[in-house]
Amino acid sequence: MPKFESVDHLQQYRRQLQASRDPNQPQVLVCSGPGCLPMGSIEVAAAFREELGKNGLNGKVLLKECGCQGLCARAVKVLIRPQEIAYQEVTPEDVPEIVEATLKNGQLVERLIYEHPLTQEKAAFKADIPFYKGQMPIVLRKLDIIDPQSLDDYLALGGYRALRKALTGMSPDEVIDAVEQSGLRGRGGGGFPTGRKWRVCQEALSDIKFIICNGDEGDPGAFMDRAVMEGDPHAVLEGMIIGGYAIGAKQGYIYVRHEYPLAVTHLNKAIDQARECGFLGKNILRSGFDFDIKISRGAGAFVCGEETALIASIEGYIGEPTPRPPYPAESGLFDYPTIINNVETWANIPEIINMGAEWFAAIGTENSKGTKVFSLVGAVNQTGLVEVPMGTTLRQIVFELGGGLRPDRQFKAVQTGGPSGGCIPEQFLDLPVDYDSLQSVGSIMGSGGMIVMDNTSCTVDVARYFISFLHDESCGKCTPCREGTKHLLHILDEIIAGRGEEEHLTLMEELCDTMASSSICGLGMSAPNPVRSTIKYFRDEYLAHIRDKKCHALVCRPLLKYTIDPETCTGCLACVRECPVGAITGKKKLPQDLDQELCVKCGLCYEACQFEAVKVE
Amino acid sequence: MVWRVTEEVFPTISEEVIVTINGITVRAPQGQSLLVTIRDLGIDIPTLCYHQDLKPEGQCRLCVVEIGEWPRTRLVNSCTYPTEGALMVQTHSEKVMLARRMVLELLLAQAPAAKLIKQMAAEMGVYETRFKKGDSEERCILCGLCVRTCRDIVGVSAISMANRTPAKEVATPFKEAAEACIGCGSCAFVCPTDVIPYTEKDGVRTIWGRNFELQACNVCGNYIEPKYQLEHWAKLTGDPVEFFFVCRDCR
Repeated sequence: MPKFESVDHLQQYRRQLQASRDPNQPQVLVCSGPGCLPMGSIEVAAAFREELGKNGLNGKVLLKECGCQGLCARAVKVLIRPQEIAYQEVTPEDVPEIVEATLKNGQLVERLIYEHPLTQEKAAFKADIPFYKGQMPIVLRKLDIIDPQSLDDYLALGGYRALRKALTGMSPDEVIDAVEQSGLRGRGGGGFPTGRKWRVCQEALSDIKFIICNGDEGDPGAFMDRAVMEGDPHAVLEGMIIGGYAIGAKQGYIYVRHEYPLAVTHLNKAIDQARECGFLGKNILRSGFDFDIKISRGAGAFVCGEETALIASIEGYIGEPTPRPPYPAESGLFDYPTIINNVETWANIPEIINMGAEWFAAIGTENSKGTKVFSLVGAVNQTGLVEVPMGTTLRQIVFELGGGLRPDRQFKAVQTGGPSGGCIPEQFLDLPVDYDSLQSVGSIMGSGGMIVMDNTSCTVDVARYFISFLHDESCGKCTPCREGTKHLLHILDEIIAGRGEEEHLTLMEELCDTMASSSICGLGMSAPNPVRSTIKYFRDEYLAHIRDKKCHALVCRPLLKYTIDPETCTGCLACVRECPVGAITGKKKLPQDLDQELCVKCGLCYEACQFEAVKVE
Repeated sequence: MVWRVTEEVFPTISEEVIVTINGITVRAPQGQSLLVTIRDLGIDIPTLCYHQDLKPEGQCRLCVVEIGEWPRTRLVNSCTYPTEGALMVQTHSEKVMLARRMVLELLLAQAPAAKLIKQMAAEMGVYETRFKKGDSEERCILCGLCVRTCRDIVGVSAISMANRTPAKEVATPFKEAAEACIGCGSCAFVCPTDVIPYTEKDGVRTIWGRNFELQACNVCGNYIEPKYQLEHWAKLTGDPVEFFFVCRDCR
């Protein structure tokens, strides 16, 4: 790679690059995102390499291991360009057939193409698949086109053009104006207007300022930032360099979890490439602007995703939040003004600069502009990463993109915003998703986790799960969060064990109010959301647990009662053999007895019975 | 002496501003901790983790006050919030009292043996906690005063907070006798609930699992402080160590 001495040099190189690339050259893109890697994408890519070699297609067909292609439920995915044929659930054994049929003879491999889980409709091309139809990729746009480790790929798609535009044609003020006018709000969860934050930091009087990229994604089931850092690392860097130029910072940090080794590798490689080509370092593109980026690895504490705790962690202190004010934009890292934004926010910046603030502001709702990436998981048929314009309804996301639920299940709730989000019931399915609408129904945007639950989930158990996560992850600095999560967990445990009382609900609501109003940081303030929203929308379920001692979703074990129906029991003794405590007795070929006193409600008998004679309620 | 938040913490102490506290308009130095402003007016605000000589951390959340105008009000901890112009503050509103009572109820459950907590709670009408009580002997409320004193005043950081919520505690490194400890006992002195074990017997002070030989005054023979601590002082000031081996009364 050359070191770009000037913007013209960059432009010239890009033109050459684009001219040398044949848009009709066949390409095989094997998804190596977080969903496909563990399903064997490396083996699939290796099989392609071998097969292409055998068929003498090396050089003619380009093989790339790209970032996340979105539809993680159908791993491993392979995309054939330029036709954009999306093959799904590909194994190394399928590879010779794909090479033979598609790449050599231009035919489809019917059995590997997409089939809708409910309607069984088939679709071979990416554009026809319902999962991709409602999406509007901005941040994820390049993920299934480029090789994340290739700077050439990024440049050929217009990479670092926004940086060139900012450095040559815009003053720092104009950059901030553009970000402000775009209406971009922080994608990490708080939803604070990014432009306003930058303005405060720019106006702060200090020679030294810092830029931080928050890649400490810790929500269970969320992998948006990971997919972006792994699949398009240069977009994050470009956004940060532009941010540095706008506020006058010379040093940036990317705080990324140690649990994301591939993200660290790709980011490190991207930083090395950017330094080599003169996008980082002294006098970037001869503009007189210096900027460099360091990676700081986090040890996996959830609270370190909170900005002040993250800053403490980079400084080498215990990852605990500090009270604001002063805000990081005034006094942050090492007490200097600091801008801290989420990975997705940074990845949006180059697009805003390239396409203009008006373009971005035209997407989305009145107060939430642009798109949002969600990781759609849980009881939907098509789990994966989706990027939709703000204002898309939950129904569209769950039933159109997500392909709905299993036919025998009913929708119960969708939990947005990670562990500290709330559960949104069916009545709000037509809610347009944006920062304010989610808040109005007691949930949060968060960083974009979306967990769909069906009637086999018990909301009390769900609330307990998230509270137990938050209890483990609360740093314990302030009393309401430290003690509050502890007691919420204890009370929920009591309810699940059948020792709940109706006063517990009032007590929890009171406690939730205090936690929300007087905790130091966002973790404690939003920790009550799972409890509050479930009590509000699913009070019946709590009352069933408390008054009737029943869990209708059959999840809370202590409340279940197993019985053996003497009519259907054949006396095969399958359950007797499974029961770990000897609670089932009886003679062979006669109906069995289940001793309720001894029963530990493990459910093994229920699973062992082939005649559905073991009943549970 | 009232500890004023120095320029280090709030860099903009410059002029006086007008704030409204409980409906009364007063003048106060801009940038000064809101807690100091309020206490200067003679209004009582309970605190546990605040100490006039330490940088406030806002941990206990007892000093919360309500700021802003209805309906857009919020609770902030007054110890870390700066006094700003046109600020509207309620120090004992319903919202504030609910939060303070809840915090005390939580602390009653966490540290059932802490007398100070019982007393403070009773003053606010909280006599019993509705939450499950922890260890009946527990007195530590994790306010962190000891840790901050050791770090910011003594300057040795012999103890620190360890772990997160479920197992959070004040501990020495690896829970072994701390090498950095000088045996000064400031942590035990500052502790609001007297929880740090500290004994003095036969010329030996025992604290944090370490024994310190006490130095007797070269003149009167009374024990002054641990020898180790006096040597630490001598190192800090550059004075001969013998200077510190004479107690303050005999100097």
